[in-house]
Parts: sequence; structure tokens; C-alpha cells
Amino acid sequence: MMKTTIKLMAFLAAGAFLASCGGGGQNQSQSQSSGALNNSSAAEAVYVAPGEHDEFYEFFSGGFSGQVSVVGLPSGRMFRRIPVFSVDAEKGYGFDEETKAMLETSHGSIPWDDSHHPKLSQTNGEIDGRWLFINANNTPRIARIDLTTFETVEIIEIPHSAGNHSSPYLTMNTEYLVAGTRFSVPIPQQDVSIETYKENFHGTLSFISVDQEDGDMEMAFQIMVPGFDYDLAASGKGPSHGWTFFTTYNTEKGSTMKEATASQNDKDFIAAVNWKKAEEYLAQGNFKEWDAEYYNNEVDHNSGIATSKVGDKVKVLFPADCPGLIYYLPTPKSPHGVDVNPTGEYIVGCGKLSADLTVHSFSKMEAAIAAESFETTIEGIPVLKYDEVVTGVVKSGGLGPLHTEFDGDGNAYTSFFISSEVVKWNVGTWEVIDRVPSYYSIGHLSIPGGGSMKPWRKYLVSLNKITKDRYLPTGPELAHSAQLYDITGDKMRLLLDFPTDGEPHYAQGCPADLIKPNTKKFYKLSENTHPYAVKSEEDARVEREGDEVHVYMSSIRSHFAPDNIEGVKVGDKVYWHVTNLEQDWDTPHGFAVLGAQNSETLIMPGATRTLYWEPKVPGVFPFYCTDFCSALHQEMQGYVRVSAAGSDVELRSWLGEQD
Amino acid sequence: MMTKPILVLMTISLLAVGCSGGDQTNDDASGNATATVEEQDFGSGQEGINDGESTPNILQVALGSADHTTLVAACKAAEQTTALANNGPLTVFAPVNAAFDALPEGTVETLLKPENKMTLTSIIQFHAAPGSYDVDDLKDGQSLFVASGHNIKVEVRDDGTYVHGAKILGTVKAANGIVHVVDAVLLPPEG
Repeated sequence: MMKTTIKLMAFLAAGAFLASCGGGGQNQSQSQSSGALNNSSAAEAVYVAPGEHDEFYEFFSGGFSGQVSVVGLPSGRMFRRIPVFSVDAEKGYGFDEETKAMLETSHGSIPWDDSHHPKLSQTNGEIDGRWLFINANNTPRIARIDLTTFETVEIIEIPHSAGNHSSPYLTMNTEYLVAGTRFSVPIPQQDVSIETYKENFHGTLSFISVDQEDGDMEMAFQIMVPGFDYDLAASGKGPSHGWTFFTTYNTEKGSTMKEATASQNDKDFIAAVNWKKAEEYLAQGNFKEWDAEYYNNEVDHNSGIATSKVGDKVKVLFPADCPGLIYYLPTPKSPHGVDVNPTGEYIVGCGKLSADLTVHSFSKMEAAIAAESFETTIEGIPVLKYDEVVTGVVKSGGLGPLHTEFDGDGNAYTSFFISSEVVKWNVGTWEVIDRVPSYYSIGHLSIPGGGSMKPWRKYLVSLNKITKDRYLPTGPELAHSAQLYDITGDKMRLLLDFPTDGEPHYAQGCPADLIKPNTKKFYKLSENTHPYAVKSEEDARVEREGDEVHVYMSSIRSHFAPDNIEGVKVGDKVYWHVTNLEQDWDTPHGFAVLGAQNSETLIMPGATRTLYWEPKVPGVFPFYCTDFCSALHQEMQGYVRVSAAGSDVELRSWLGEQD
Repeated sequence: MMTKPILVLMTISLLAVGCSGGDQTNDDASGNATATVEEQDFGSGQEGINDGESTPNILQVALGSADHTTLVAACKAAEQTTALANNGPLTVFAPVNAAFDALPEGTVETLLKPENKMTLTSIIQFHAAPGSYDVDDLKDGQSLFVASGHNIKVEVRDDGTYVHGAKILGTVKAANGIVHVVDAVLLPPEG
């Protein structure tokens, strides 16, 4: 007994010695003091043996890349980058004739955006693994990704909006996606002085309905609101189902030097919207129909062709005409994130200039509304009394709280940007239980299901902006990062640190079993309704329509049909319609032709993709498969002969020796 | 539909056990301990993927044929199944069971012995040509390079197409190539 105690003390002393030798570098002292044993158990916790699968899918937004990346947890391995609001010359998304329309907006084709918040669809407040939605901040849009194909299948533009940040934050049965304006603007747009902000600028809170069968998005209605900045959102669940909460800042309505002007008020608001009440007002016809122009682009599953519908009207609700539709909950210090706990009772606001978190109670809010405990009214919106709705304050000891997720066992986890840490606290006592550093400047954090009614308490991912000394340097621009923590115990434990693609603002995950069994292996050729598809090599051909040349081409291991083409002329508009005849998993074929000014294409088995090509000079040009499809991939090539404009070379094509 | 290949597989597994004498720790030619029958099961790796909707690959075509149990057993013993399930493309000349039966007595049993794995591998590779050659692509007099490193001759006779003297009885297109069913085992030249 005595011996053991002495040993233990010696160990502790050694630990302290090592920590003091660390020279102040947080990593150094950590790796030296935690010892080899702890490190190896962390390694075991994240090790996914070759050939084995990760337990969770985690979907990261790409931020300024406009994309989504698909990562496995706990390994941190990235499996796919899905182009969403961005052209992708690797696969041809946004370049090929089929998907070009996906990026159309009322401002023309917008080949880029800033994608922020991936949200997995839910049924009864639980993640159902059907779709992933994500917002575009810059040119306001929401996209839907089909989780059987991991492809972007629909994008809807949000009219009367700017800075679509508080989006898509869906409701608990995916009835609606939401979209609030982070940047208020003149609505409808008009040419006015920016100095008239206070009179002429407004925000909108938009609700986009989702078809429960096929996921189709439709612009349901908008609410015209004061010209604040609507930053983030969370939809209610359980008792608070039917409500969506939006944070606001800049209730000062500053329009210049906002970093100072928008930080004057001691409290801004969380806007609580009763969307079921909105449905009643819509049914009563208590709305205005305003002109608008917004695109809704959707891929037809069988042809793979995206088409655009252009909306020209939107239903607008005005709070002054719709009592009970919206209330403001005073919340300190320019709140950023708002999150609702799994029971649906608590609404957590993170004042980003504060050390504390503000927790409002949904039931107290309902009582305050019933008692009409209003401080004041702003443009028809009652402001509830702070003391009547607040139920707890988390004295965190950190600085710059941003976002909160939950583990389903009564614990909440909040990211702190300025103090660069994750703080775990108890929902109910509001006491801090644990805190761990993040490296560095954490933004969002994510627990699989952590924003839903059913979190899976195992891992927490922090999404970090700054990585200065964390990885091998790559010049001025460094990778953003994710850190994986084990949250099964009382104390959080850092397991893994991995770089991310783009700037992931948020990520959402769920157990792999919700998605994996539904994955589509190939498109059925028999269901391909593309007008230029060829179902067998016998149908492969070349046709001329004026100066358009349509190549009806097939690809299969390891050749194109046809692979020799003559009779194309300079000035022709050539459409390469390539159908991949494979009916087998993991067998895409690529297509590229010399001088193509747009992209290559990657054609999934059973699908048809069209690449446009304009030959500029006479000659013979090769085309080839860009995906190493088989042992004879290098042989998968062909030639197109281009003759001078006006030449009389006959249009013909062939494959194999001609008899 | 789904159960048929599994039944065939079980039969072959039993056959393989019989061939290796049931001794699960036999050493192979390279001195490594051979895996147990369970570990060699087709249920792992990409040859184990049977989703019921993809076009069958060459291995699955062979597994689904009651006439090719000996060939499948030989491919398994020579550890050539991955190549038959991989991307290809391969043209495989698949002798029916009767063709193996026609070999001198004891030939198959001898070839299936672990110490003859290299010979067996060479014989199997003699039946596989890289590329997808449909019957129409096989021309009289054509010399076809096969995976063992040899070239075999194509003959187009009045009654059909022959490769290395074996007659093509039928053709099945697979996802990763083509299977031509032949009436004889193709034996490489000595040495």
C-alpha cells in the first residue's frame, strides 16, 4: 500500500515535470504528459482496419468551395466531394449539357457559392438518411442532395433575400426548410441610397416546403421583418414543433462599420416564428402576392437532365397584419447560434461578444405570450420581456460562444471561438462540467444527430478555422481542420485531428446504417429516358442537323462506339452524347476530347452525359476515357476528323474494321 | 435466384477441402501456411459482392454454371478468383466439366495439389486473354495473346470457331469481359 502511494506520487511529479518542460506549446505538453498509453488508446479508438467501414457518415460543408465533402467517423477519411453550388470540371457538373441548368439563377448562371449548413432530413425529429440540404449564402439558394446517389438533384433560389445564412435548419418532419436574410436589403430591390437603410431596408424569413415523397422544394411563403441581420436558426421539436427560432444582430440597423455600429445594444433578439400560425393566415388569404423571380432547378432521375422552372410570385406575410405570427425574445450580445435541445423545451442563444449563454424556456415563452408580457412592439412584432422567457444562464468562463449541440443525456456542448474550446454543460443546472481546447478557433461543432431529438452520443467533431502549427505548412493558405472527441465519458477526450476540404462551417452526421443500405450502384439502362441515349452499340451513330453534329456514343470496357468519326467541319457545334452501357457498380467511364473548352465528363454506369465541343481548326483529334476503367483503359480512345468549313467530306463513323 | 451460386459455392468448398486433404495448415509451395477454407470463402473482398442487380462478372457466371464446377475449383485452388471478378476486361475460355473429365485419370487431382499451384495457375491463365473478344472478333488464323504469356491460334471452321483446338460451344457476356464455353481443356505447350 505504502509502496503504491510512493510510486503514484513519483508518477505525478514526473508528469508535472514533463508539463513544465513543454515550453508553453500546448501540443507539446499534451503529447508529453499524456504518455504513450493514452496515445495508443486514442489511436485504437479511431483505427478502422483496411477493408472495414466507418461507423458514421459525416457531411462537411465546403464553405467558400461551394461543395460538400463526405467523411467517415471515426477515421476522418474523406470519401467524396460533392459539387453543389460549384462547377466541377472533374465530373462535368455545371459544364455538361445535363447539369448546366442546376446553377441557373435570376442573376444568370452562378458557378460558385459559399455553402454553409448541411442539414440531414428528419422524420419525427430523427435523422432519416434520405436527403441532405445545404444553403448558399452569397446568391441565396438551397440545394438538395439525394443520399442514394450522393448527387445534387435540386436547387431552389430564394427571392427577396441576401446573405442566406440562417438556412436551411429544417423542421422535425422536414415539412419546411428556412432561409433568413443575414443582409437586409431593399425589398423589393430598388435604387436607393445606402444611407436610407433605416427606412428602406428589410429582412425576410422564408419557408420552403419539401414534398414528403420525392423531396421537391417549393417556395411556400416569406415573412417581411425589420432590417436586422438574421444570423442563424433552429426549428422546434416536440412541444416546440411548429416554431422556428432565428437569431438577430444589428438591431441597431447600422449600415457601415458594422463591427462597431452593430454592437451597441446590450441585447438583440431571437425571433420566434409560429409557422403553423403562418399556415392559418395563408389559408385565410391573409397575405400579399408579390412579384419575384427565382429559379428552381431539378434533375429528372431517369434522363439525368436538369431543367429550370422560374417562379414569378411569392406569398408574403406581414407581422402587423398577422398577430401571433412572430415574437422577439431579447438575447444578450449579438447572438450567433441558436439551438433547441432534444426535448424541445430549451432555446439556447450564444451571444458571440459574451462569456455567457442565454437559455430561454419554450413553456415560459408560451406563458409570456398568453399573458401578453410585452416590453414593446417593433414593426408589429411584440418583444417579450427578457425576465419572463429566460430560464438559465450558463456562466461559461469562456469567450465568444457560437454553437451548441446535445448528446441526448442532458449534456450540451458549446463552441467558444475566442477562447478556442469546447465547453460541456448540464442542461437544467446550467453548470459547466468539462472543457477541452480546440486547435484553433472553433466555429461549429457536430455530434451525429446532435441537433435532432435523437443524438448518438459517441463522437463530437469540432470545426476549426486556424491551424497555424498543426500540420505541415502549405504556404500562406493553411488547411482548416476537424477534431474528433470521444464524448462517451464524463470528460471529453481528443482522439484525432484531420484537415478538411474548403472551409467547413458546419457538418452533420448519422450512423452509416441509415444511408449505406440505400446506396445506388448504377443507373438502370432500361430506365434511361435521355433523348440522346443509346441502349446498345448497334444504335451508336452520328447525325447532322444543320451545323449541329450529334454523336450518339456508347462506352463499355474498353471502347467507345463509334471510335472513328469523319465529316465534322470547322464551325460545327458538336454534342458528344455518351451513354455508359455498364450495368455494374463502380464502373464510370470518362470522356475527354482535345481542345474541349469546358471540362471532361464522368459518366456513371447506365447514365448519359453530353459534352459540347467546337472544333476550331482542321485536323484529326483524339478523344479518350479519363477514368482508368479496366486493363485496356489506355486503349479506350478514338479519333474525330475535322475538315475545313465547306468541305465535302461525308459524315460517317465506325467501330472496328470495316468490311 | 440468389441461393443457387451459394449452393454451388458450398459444393466447391467441399471439393476443395477434399483436394487439400482436409489439412488446414498445409504449407504451399512458397512455404506460407495456406488459409483455412473459411478464410478463402468467396464472401470477402470484391468477389464476394453479389447485389442481385449488377451484371454478373466472369466469376459469377462460372459460379452460376453447373457445368463449370471443376473450373471454379481450379481457379480457387490457384487463387485466380480476384482476377475473374476484377475490372477486366478478360476473355475467358471456360472448359465444361466433361472436358476436365476427359483428361487422363488423376490429372485434375494432381493439379489441385498445393505443390502444383504454379502449374495450375499457368494452365488457368492459358485460358484467359486480356480484352473483350466476342465470337465475331475472333478471325481465322488470328493469334491471341493469353495471360500465361503464350499465343493461341484461332480457327474458324465450317462448324464453328475453335481456339487452340477447342470448340466454342456458347458465349456469355459478363460485366468484366466475355466467357466462351469450350469443349476441351486448353493445355499449354510443354516447357
